[in-house]
Amino acid sequence: MSFAFFLIQLLNGMQYGLLLFLVASGLTLIFGIMGIINLAHGSFYMVGAYLAWSLAGMTGSLTAAILIGIPLTVVLGMFLEWLLMRRLYGRDHLYQVLLTYGLILVFEEMRSILWGDDVYGVKVPDLLNHSIALTENLSYPVYRLGISAVCLLLAAGLYFLIKHTRLGMMIRAGASNREMAQSLGINIKLVYTLVFALGVALAAFAGMINAPVSSVYPGMGAQVLIICFVIVVIGGIGSVKGAMAASIMIGMADTFGQILVPEVAGMIVYLLMAVVLVWRPEGLFGRI
Amino acid sequence: MRALRLAELLLLLLFALLALFPLIDSTFYTQLITKVMIMAIFAMSLDLLVGYTGLVSFGHAAYFGLSGYVLALVAPQYEAVSLWWSLPAAMLVCALFALITGILVLRTKGIYFIMVTLAFAQMVFFVFHDTKFGGGSDGIYIYAKPTLVIAGFQVLNLEKLNQLFYLVLIIMAAVYLLLRRILGSTFGRALLGIKENEHRMRALGFPTFGYKLSSYVLSGALGGLAGYLAAVQYGFVNPEILSWHQSGAVLMMVIMGGMGTLYGPVVGAFAFVLLQEVLSDQGFLGPVAKHWQLAMGIFVILVALYLPQGLAGLLRRRKAEASDGSSDA
Amino acid sequence: MAQAMPEAILRTESLTKRFGGLTAVDTVSIELHVGEVHAVIGPNGAGKSTLTNLLSGDLRPTSGSVFFAGKDIAGLSSDRISRLGIGRSYQKTNIFLPFSVFENCRLAAQSRTPHAWRVFHGAAEFPDINLMAEEAMVAAGLSQRRDMVAAALSHGEQRQLEIAMCLATRPRVLLLDEPLAGMGPQESQDMVELIQKLAGRHAIMLIEHDMDAVFAVAHKLTVMVNGEVLESGVPEAVRGSPAVQTAYLGGEDFLNG
Repeated sequence: MSFAFFLIQLLNGMQYGLLLFLVASGLTLIFGIMGIINLAHGSFYMVGAYLAWSLAGMTGSLTAAILIGIPLTVVLGMFLEWLLMRRLYGRDHLYQVLLTYGLILVFEEMRSILWGDDVYGVKVPDLLNHSIALTENLSYPVYRLGISAVCLLLAAGLYFLIKHTRLGMMIRAGASNREMAQSLGINIKLVYTLVFALGVALAAFAGMINAPVSSVYPGMGAQVLIICFVIVVIGGIGSVKGAMAASIMIGMADTFGQILVPEVAGMIVYLLMAVVLVWRPEGLFGRI
Repeated sequence: MRALRLAELLLLLLFALLALFPLIDSTFYTQLITKVMIMAIFAMSLDLLVGYTGLVSFGHAAYFGLSGYVLALVAPQYEAVSLWWSLPAAMLVCALFALITGILVLRTKGIYFIMVTLAFAQMVFFVFHDTKFGGGSDGIYIYAKPTLVIAGFQVLNLEKLNQLFYLVLIIMAAVYLLLRRILGSTFGRALLGIKENEHRMRALGFPTFGYKLSSYVLSGALGGLAGYLAAVQYGFVNPEILSWHQSGAVLMMVIMGGMGTLYGPVVGAFAFVLLQEVLSDQGFLGPVAKHWQLAMGIFVILVALYLPQGLAGLLRRRKAEASDGSSDA
Repeated sequence: MAQAMPEAILRTESLTKRFGGLTAVDTVSIELHVGEVHAVIGPNGAGKSTLTNLLSGDLRPTSGSVFFAGKDIAGLSSDRISRLGIGRSYQKTNIFLPFSVFENCRLAAQSRTPHAWRVFHGAAEFPDINLMAEEAMVAAGLSQRRDMVAAALSHGEQRQLEIAMCLATRPRVLLLDEPLAGMGPQESQDMVELIQKLAGRHAIMLIEHDMDAVFAVAHKLTVMVNGEVLESGVPEAVRGSPAVQTAYLGGEDFLNG
């Protein structure tokens, strides 16, 4: 393995990991703060990707598609929270699993009705449609670097939001003690709605920016969802920091696994999870 | 206790009706009901975990599929394998897999448990999907169905639909009775106690981990029994039988029928599979049937919101009202 | 009480539990003897419940030892400690609400017998288990309620059931965490009599806020403040201790309590 090749894989692993973080962070926040297991979280990733494809087709620009798509997904998130999720607070996880599983079926079928069952490609924006030459025949696409940079920016923004803003304070108060937060006059209902919408938007955004890389295809949500479950288990429920660490770990393990041991690459992330379970069942940054 | 006895009477009636069913002599319906009964066995095995031990597993398809693959892999290509040893072998593999993963997953609780069981099932999926050893994503055909030979005499010919039907019917009844028996024992009571309040059970001196692991292994082995029968019926296995939609569907059957009742999941399996048939029947619903999953999804959501006790819960509620009225008289 | 006491059945040595920076139980050394009620009192947050949890194995001590019949059991899991013969009741009623009173007791008794793995016998087919359950019900005064669902019991009866379940495991040591919490006067009186009756054959650690009850049943009294033992001895001596009077309860109520 030449150094340039190694570097490319390193960047790929990083990019994949950071992308997963966008999905996993929403998942872990929704677990940690609202106590909800949301199987439909991967569907939001898929919705994002299909929105990017269809809006980019209409407007001719992925950037425009993202700018229009984000508000749409925020509204979708708030609507779903209002219509369904709030009926699940405090209920047995069993029913959360069931309802969000039903939601997956609905989303998949809606996707099939609205957008069909074909695989679509999305064009990289012209501005970023370049490659950086590393050696004579190896180069790295600028767009992927762009994805990593945007994800890092969002991660930093998320950190700032949780640590230093009023909403973040409410989020942390809600996570540690619901009744107390309520008695302090925090509108916990609103916080929950916002957190859920934030999670939906993050996942959908990940689907949008990754659409040119992964292309857009049925079932893409499920794959991401299950990997993100593994990330949450490894990182520890409710821990955004843990989600970051675990995302990078999984991104790297998967990328290098495909290169070094392609036969068992699909299993590597699960084996990693098994090791963490033996060693720290509450996850790397778990609070339990 | 009266409620239970009535349910049991209904089950006996169901059993009798099913026993007469092949008289209809319809290939399609005999196959359909065989499939439903296999799913009922599968759902009962999951009810042991979800309804009686308080462990919500979202990876039960792993056992269903694993066992089918064991059958496909041990069967010689064009020759029938003996049911005598291939069935126990398939169940044993499932039990072993449950034992190993159980030691890991039972270290977690609640949401973690759900995610980890799903992840391990997904791992099995990828093993068979990505490697050549189980035929990859195409799967493997089982050209000859297993045979049951006693003293040189072929007792069962599973190529015959009716014989498979009766075998599955008898196994379904046997699994029901076995689980009833186990759940009524001290072991079963301890499981219920763990479901209710595990912490208290430990304080009372129960080594709860061992109980949960036993339940997990038994459930896995019985799930494998269902998977074996399904592989026999379909004559092939592919990674789809391991997919998480299979895990979701069986969980749905358990909850829809009424978890923690054992007969509920049987009812749930019938309701779920038949509903699926109706919703996806193009002759009946026309082109809409292509998108049957949409209706199914909405149905699942409604069950989660408005029917938490499942169909068995409806039955029980009605009965409770009825007996309230009659006790005054 | 200067005469040589027989070996304590349960004894702690410098038992300590820290949660992060907070020391909830600080080098506590106490002894429990069969035939004795040892009451532990103190203000909220003094570490009484943490102490119970350390003795029952619900929590692992940070340092120090717990000796049961001479053997160090610190750090063992709660189920093993229970099987050794240390039973506990909970401050918040912790029973199996959907089960009948008898089934609650039967389940508790079942944990003591080797029948657990005989899966082809009905749970109620073991006379020895049933007998243990019946005896516990009678001892706790619940035989009238045998077939009632636990959820339908009054609060006081649920507290009794809590103790009955504990008794059904035939413990030698009873750790009772505020058994009188939320009880009316008559129920409290019954519970006090029950504890007195049980004291004969058990070593009892009683955590309780009701001082009338404490002085009615305690043979020994330990006062805890901020995780530490402030004073320990026979109730009369502790009651008169100046340290206790100044540090705890501001003197007055406690003196006349």
